[in-house]
Amino acid sequence: MDIQIADAEKSTTPRSEEPIIRLESVCKIYGEFQALSGVDLVISKGEKVIICGPSGSGKSTLIRCINHIERHNRGRIVVNGMELTNNGKDIAAVRRDTGMVFQNFNLFPHLTILDNCCLAPMRVKGIGREKARELAIHFLHRVRIADQAGKYPSQLSGGQQQRAAIARALCMQPRIMLFDEPTSALDPEMVKEVLETMKSLASDGMTMLCVTHEMGFAREVADRIVFMDRGAIVEQSDPATFFSAPSTDRARDFLRMIL
Amino acid sequence: MQAIDFTIVLQAWPYLCSGLAFSLALTATAFTAGILLGTGLALAQHLEIPVLGHAARIYIATMRSIPLILVLFWFFFLAPVILGSLSPDGRPVSIGPTSTAFITFCLFEAAYYSEIIRVGLRALSRGQVEASQSLGLTTPQTYRYVVLPQVARTVAPIVLSQTIILFQDTSLVYVLSLTDLVGATSKLVQLNGRFVELYVTVALVYLTICSLASHCVAILKRRTAGHAAQR
Ligand SMILES: Nc1ncnc2c1ncn2[C@@H]1O[C@H](COP(=O)(O)OP(=O)(O)O)[C@@H](O)[C@H]1O
Ligand SMILES: [Mg+2]
Repeated sequence: MDIQIADAEKSTTPRSEEPIIRLESVCKIYGEFQALSGVDLVISKGEKVIICGPSGSGKSTLIRCINHIERHNRGRIVVNGMELTNNGKDIAAVRRDTGMVFQNFNLFPHLTILDNCCLAPMRVKGIGREKARELAIHFLHRVRIADQAGKYPSQLSGGQQQRAAIARALCMQPRIMLFDEPTSALDPEMVKEVLETMKSLASDGMTMLCVTHEMGFAREVADRIVFMDRGAIVEQSDPATFFSAPSTDRARDFLRMIL
Repeated sequence: MQAIDFTIVLQAWPYLCSGLAFSLALTATAFTAGILLGTGLALAQHLEIPVLGHAARIYIATMRSIPLILVLFWFFFLAPVILGSLSPDGRPVSIGPTSTAFITFCLFEAAYYSEIIRVGLRALSRGQVEASQSLGLTTPQTYRYVVLPQVARTVAPIVLSQTIILFQDTSLVYVLSLTDLVGATSKLVQLNGRFVELYVTVALVYLTICSLASHCVAILKRRTAGHAAQR
C-alpha cells in the first residue's frame, strides 16, 4: 500500500514560499480576560516550532485557535492558504490538514486503539473499513504499538496512550501537527518514548508546532523557539540563541525557573 | 369468606398474562419513544439550540412538576376538546383510552429520561468533543460516534432504574379502565371476589420482575464503576 506523510516533498521545497501558518494580530478574549493580545506568527512548511512560557500565558489558546477549537475574536489566521472564518467548509478543510495531540490524550475510551484510529478516516474521508485498517496499522507500527491495536485505551500505559493518540492524528495524514504539552501528564519514565516518536516525526519533515517544557527536546528538534508571556509573543529565536542569550528579562527568569 | 385456594390463579393465569403483556408493551413503547425524544430534548439543551433549547427546558420542567395521573386525565379529557376546537366542525375528537395511555407515557417519560441523559452529557469530558473536532468530525458525527455511545454506557444503570419505576407506574392506566396487569386483576376480583389469592399473585409478579431488573442495575453499576476506575 502506498502511504506517505503528506510532507514527503519537504526537503526539496524552499522555505521562502507561502507560509503554511500565518497569524496576524490574533486576539482571544474570554469574557473580560484577554488570553491572546495581538499575536503575529508565521510558520513555514516543515518548520518545527516550540512554544514555551509560564502557565497561563496563552500557549494552549494559541494552538487551539489554529484548528479553530477555540475561536479567535480579532485578527487573521490563515492555514495552508485557507483563512479561518466562520465558514464551516474552511474550518473542516483546516482540521483535515491539522492533527492535534492533547496533554491528556483524549482517546475515545469506548473504542479499541484500532477503532480510535479508523474512525476519522472512515467518517471524515469516507475511506473503506479495510483501507482504514491498513492505514491505522501502518501508523500504529510507526509509533511502535501495533501489537496493542485490539486493546482499549484504559488497558495501555500513559506513554502508549499518547503514542496511540499521535497515530490517530497521523491517520488523517495531516500536513501540520499541533502538540499541547504532550508529555506533561506522563510519568517520567514514559516521557522519553513519546519524545522519541515526536523526533522521528520531525525528521520526516512534518510541520510541527509544539507546546512543551522539555527543553532538551526543544534544543534538539526546534528550528525556532517562541516564548510567550501574558498573551503575547515576547521573544522568538533559534534554540542556541534562546538558551544561551535570551534577549528579554522575562525569558531569562523563565529559563532560570525551569532549567 | 371462602377458604384460600390458589388454584384459582391457574384459571386466571391467561387473563393475567394478557394484562401483563399490556403493561410490558406500554413500558417498552414508553421506554423507546421516551429515550429517543428524551435524547433530542437533552441535546437541544446541551447544544443550546436557539428556541428549541428553551422550549425543551420548559417542557421538561412542566412534565416533572405535574403528577403522572394528572397528565393522564389531562390527555384523556382535555386533548379531545383541544383537538376538536382545531378541527373544522369543532366537535371533540376522541383519542380513546389506549392511545391516551401510550401517548401520555411516551411524553411523560421523555422528560425524565432527558434529564438523566443531560446529566450524562454534562459529565463527559470536554476533551472528547475537542479530539473529535480536531480530527475533522462534524458535530452530528461527534455525537453519533463519540459522545452518545459513552453517555449511553454511563447512564445505563440510572435509565434502567427509571424504567423499573415506569413499569410500576403503568399500573396507573387502571384509572382509564384499561386492562394492564393491575386492571386485569381487579376485573377478576370483581367477578369472583378472590382478592387475597389474586392480589398476592400480582404482587409477586411485580416483585419478581422488578427485583430481577434491580439486579441488572447493580451489575451495570459495578461495570460502569469498574470502567471509571480503570481510566
Ligand atoms: N475557557 C476559558 N474560559 C476562561 N478563561 C480561560 C479559558 N481557557 C483559558 N482561559 C484563561 O486564558 C489564559 C491562558 O490560558 P492557556 O492558553 O490555557 O494558557 P497556557 O496553556 O499557556 O497555560 C489563562 O489565564 C486561563 O485562565
Ligand atoms: Mg496549556
